[in-house]
Amino acid sequence: MTVRLRLARATVTREDMTVLSNATLTVSAGEIVGVVGANGAGKTTMLRAAVGLAQLVGGTVELSGADVRRLSDARRATLAAYLPQERRVGWNMSAWRIAALGALDAPPAQSRMRAYAALARVGLAGLEERGVLEMSGGERARVLLARLLTSDAPLLVADEPAAGLDPDAQLLALELFRDEAHRGAAVVITLHDLNLAVRFCDRLVVLAGGAVIADAPPVEALSPGVLATAFRLNGALQAGPHGFMLAADRMEDGA
Amino acid sequence: MSVLQLNFLLATLVAIVLGAGLALGETPLTFVQFAEAFRDPASGPHDVLFAIRLPRTVAALVVGGALGLAGAVMQGLLRNPLADPGVLGVAGGAGLGAATAIALGFGAVAGAVEIAALAAALVAGAVLTVLASRFREPETLILFGVALSAFLGALTSLVFNMAPSPVTLAEVFAWLLGSVANRDWFDIARQIPALLVGGGLCIYSARGLSILTLGEEAAALSGLPMRRLRGAAVAGASLLTGASVAMAGIVGFIGLAAPHLVRAAVGGDPARILLPSALAGALLLASADIAARIIPTDIELKLGVVTALFGAPLFAIIAWRAARNWRA
Repeated sequence: MTVRLRLARATVTREDMTVLSNATLTVSAGEIVGVVGANGAGKTTMLRAAVGLAQLVGGTVELSGADVRRLSDARRATLAAYLPQERRVGWNMSAWRIAALGALDAPPAQSRMRAYAALARVGLAGLEERGVLEMSGGERARVLLARLLTSDAPLLVADEPAAGLDPDAQLLALELFRDEAHRGAAVVITLHDLNLAVRFCDRLVVLAGGAVIADAPPVEALSPGVLATAFRLNGALQAGPHGFMLAADRMEDGA
Repeated sequence: MSVLQLNFLLATLVAIVLGAGLALGETPLTFVQFAEAFRDPASGPHDVLFAIRLPRTVAALVVGGALGLAGAVMQGLLRNPLADPGVLGVAGGAGLGAATAIALGFGAVAGAVEIAALAAALVAGAVLTVLASRFREPETLILFGVALSAFLGALTSLVFNMAPSPVTLAEVFAWLLGSVANRDWFDIARQIPALLVGGGLCIYSARGLSILTLGEEAAALSGLPMRRLRGAAVAGASLLTGASVAMAGIVGFIGLAAPHLVRAAVGGDPARILLPSALAGALLLASADIAARIIPTDIELKLGVVTALFGAPLFAIIAWRAARNWRA
């Protein structure tokens, strides 16, 4: 399998604090990797490092085999597309113009066509001309997801793509990522909902205190020990009619 | 209304204002005198029309257009509807340059005040460019701009304070109030290079402005050379502002108001708003100048006074509406 993203002992510091420590991760074409962890565990930092936004103090990051620090802006955009956690849109641009920003290198007619197609995929057909600031937060999140899908980069990196979406749209978003993976894209996403992560990801990377403490298929990765260390949860994944589901309680303080 | 239709409408209105700028003035001309002006190049009415009113109106259109474009670029760059070259200190820098030149006695040297204004605007723009490359968050740049603006305002007050004579003081003050009265073709031509380069840089930066609507991180990964585009935007807006102040003194609120007048029709895209903003700015300033000419006062109103009188309440309305949007 073609490796689309490789982090090797990547370390990022912020104001003398290590926020990502010796993180190693490989993502190949065709797979969805979920990055999970408690708040402040380093998920966003890991994704930002993966696309070259967070400066490394140690280790390396490669996109399709090329050192991310040596890539030109234009070349990097052809290798990775990124959906930041920030959902604020500055101006009331129409949905299709926002979505078309994912395909800046394509000719205008083609980027418009791709934007319309992506909006249809996220369930916003018919709202292409609607201003994004006139939409609900969930609809706007879908427009931003459509922008990511408009790109034809071989690696899709999305920070909390399910945040702010209703349950139906969360499932839709993750199904879209699965489609992209089936088409050969490599996908890395952060998720808060562990049940969604278990259901849709091929592999989970669990972060705690900036370090990777597990990197394995979901059921293996979320062992009771990892759940306790990373999330302070007492419990385990249990097999059910819809696959594995999390059954856990919060640990008592001091436990 | 499409952007093309909007531009056509604005261009038509600009042409009408240009005609009105020729027709209206302190000295009313009769039909016979208008006919004479076009027939006889040696006549008095010809001078009134083509040596006084036309360059004055063209100067107002050019300055308004430049300020409208600079405002649209600044607002796009900072994703903030309240940004304009005045807020960010570029106009303040140009004003300080001009005030210093006049106070030092260069007022009578042809072009000296203008060059000082342009140079000081570029220095303020350069400071902003450096800050923009170091601090990507738009809020930070606005805060720095406000601080820069206040500091340059204080330095301009210092120039007032140290002015050697009341005459100099009056001269500096009159200049800072802004006017396009008595501008000739040379005054306009001298600023053309700066205006062309500034306008070119702004147009070049346009595609960067569109992606910035999604924030710095999305822009950084868009594949566009954002550092260069951001630098071009600040430098271009600074050049346009400097050239405008050099030509007409400090004229506030045009850079702020022009983009707002056209934003709803354009649909918010910061790249597509540039041309309509320039046209709207030209229209606003030329109209304000005609108002300054024909409002019957003993001393002709200064252009900066007219635009501020109408602009300040508009600023408040914009802030009110923007605050409502931010809460939403």
